[in-house]
Amino acid sequence: MNDIEHIENGSETASGGVSSISAGEGSPKMTTRNVEVYYGEKQAINGVSIDINMDNVTAFIGPSGCGKSTFLRCLNRMNDTIPIAKVTGDIELDNEDIYAPDMDVVQLRARVGMVFQKPNPFPKSIYDNIAYGPRIHGLASGKDELDHIVETSLQRAGLWGEVQDRLDDSGTALSGGQQQRLCIARAIAVDPEVILMDEPCSALDPIATAKIEELIHEIRGKYAIVIVTHNMQQAARVSQRTAFFHLGTLVEYGVTSDIFTNPTQEKTRDYITGRYG
Amino acid sequence: MPNSGTEHTVKAFDTDINELRGMVAEIGGRSEQAIAKAMKALEKHDLKLANQVVEEDKLIDDLERRIDDLTFQTIALRAPMADDLRELIATFKISGVVERIGDYAKNIAKRVPLITKSKKLGPISLLPSMSKVASELVRDSLEAFARRDADLAEEVSERDQVVDDFYTSIFRATITHMIENPKDIGEAAHLLFIAKNLERIGDHATNVAEMVYFAAKGEQMPERDRGENPTDIWNDAEAKE
Repeated sequence: MNDIEHIENGSETASGGVSSISAGEGSPKMTTRNVEVYYGEKQAINGVSIDINMDNVTAFIGPSGCGKSTFLRCLNRMNDTIPIAKVTGDIELDNEDIYAPDMDVVQLRARVGMVFQKPNPFPKSIYDNIAYGPRIHGLASGKDELDHIVETSLQRAGLWGEVQDRLDDSGTALSGGQQQRLCIARAIAVDPEVILMDEPCSALDPIATAKIEELIHEIRGKYAIVIVTHNMQQAARVSQRTAFFHLGTLVEYGVTSDIFTNPTQEKTRDYITGRYG
Repeated sequence: MPNSGTEHTVKAFDTDINELRGMVAEIGGRSEQAIAKAMKALEKHDLKLANQVVEEDKLIDDLERRIDDLTFQTIALRAPMADDLRELIATFKISGVVERIGDYAKNIAKRVPLITKSKKLGPISLLPSMSKVASELVRDSLEAFARRDADLAEEVSERDQVVDDFYTSIFRATITHMIENPKDIGEAAHLLFIAKNLERIGDHATNVAEMVYFAAKGEQMPERDRGENPTDIWNDAEAKE
């Protein structure tokens, strides 16, 4: 416990990084303390403590294999699907331990939604892509309510105008950027509190990327958003807080504008200025 | 800046940055030389040398343009971050400031033909020492840039007070000389402008130093006490009489 108090005061972590783990103003939506992840014998994440709050978009950056995606996947227990993965430490959503034995994982993943690198719409109609989640979670009591959820979700995802006349078309018939916004709409439809995005734009062209970034900006504040990105310019553009991971360790976590203009850690500086390895 | 020796993965980025550093060193060297030549022309009343300073200022102007073009291009193409970004922003601003220093030297050179009876203008004897200090400030501020040395930058900023003090002394002495020798007023006014140019050179060297400090540390240099304004002193003295 001493370690945690130590880093909460913004001083050095055991692993040598200097970071405030706090997400800034307001109470954190999610807190993680001393999270470690093992794939079999191999340790992938080494004692990461970080707070994520509602008002910020939080970006995770770092070189390939640094653990940023692995850590992201801890936040809605996606690592449960990997048999050899073991997660230790505390991860709480609204002060509730998400790894508690009585936690309903399906419910958790509705509260903490996820958008993946490659758009993965269901091979169903646009309408059904959005309606699927609310149906299985029993969020709509009738057709009208479901229609309403579909429309609002697509509107929030900035897709309504483009698809309102063809809701029966297949989701897979949309362009890559539209498919990704459909996936974001699908995540929004079950009324999540946190949305995790794992390199959501890496398969998209710059215009589609800009639309997703604008969308992230629009929905910020309604949901706590965490985005993993390889594109540092994107982290700089969309996030208010940035966490830099290296070799499974959180090296630095701070205000995005500080990280990109005046990082405190040598490793962060080497990475963001293109001097890394 | 810490560890500026580490190379970028993209080597061409280092090539651009090194080229810029080279050009900043060159524009600094040329400006420093322009001050020295202008002052020598003034001392020896060497009109040919004075004219040379005016001509050579075009090289300084040209260097400024080349630095700005390459900085702009590097920012656009390389999307620099952290200390790289700070250095490029500093380079962009320093080139403009150093070009101004060159202009002040040129302005001094242009006044050389207008000062014919320098032997009779007592306060002129302070100018060589003043220009030496101002010139050293220019040299040291650019040395601080080359070395990413925030301490030297701060020291330059403090040393600017010496130039300001020279200006205050020359201002007072020249006004007194004007009162006592009204027919020298024209030439004495030029002398005063030369002193003012040197004082501005000192200020601009301080501006360079402030940017070096920013580039090195990522924060602004703390404000320093600028001391008394010579014009205020004169007004005060007048008010007291």
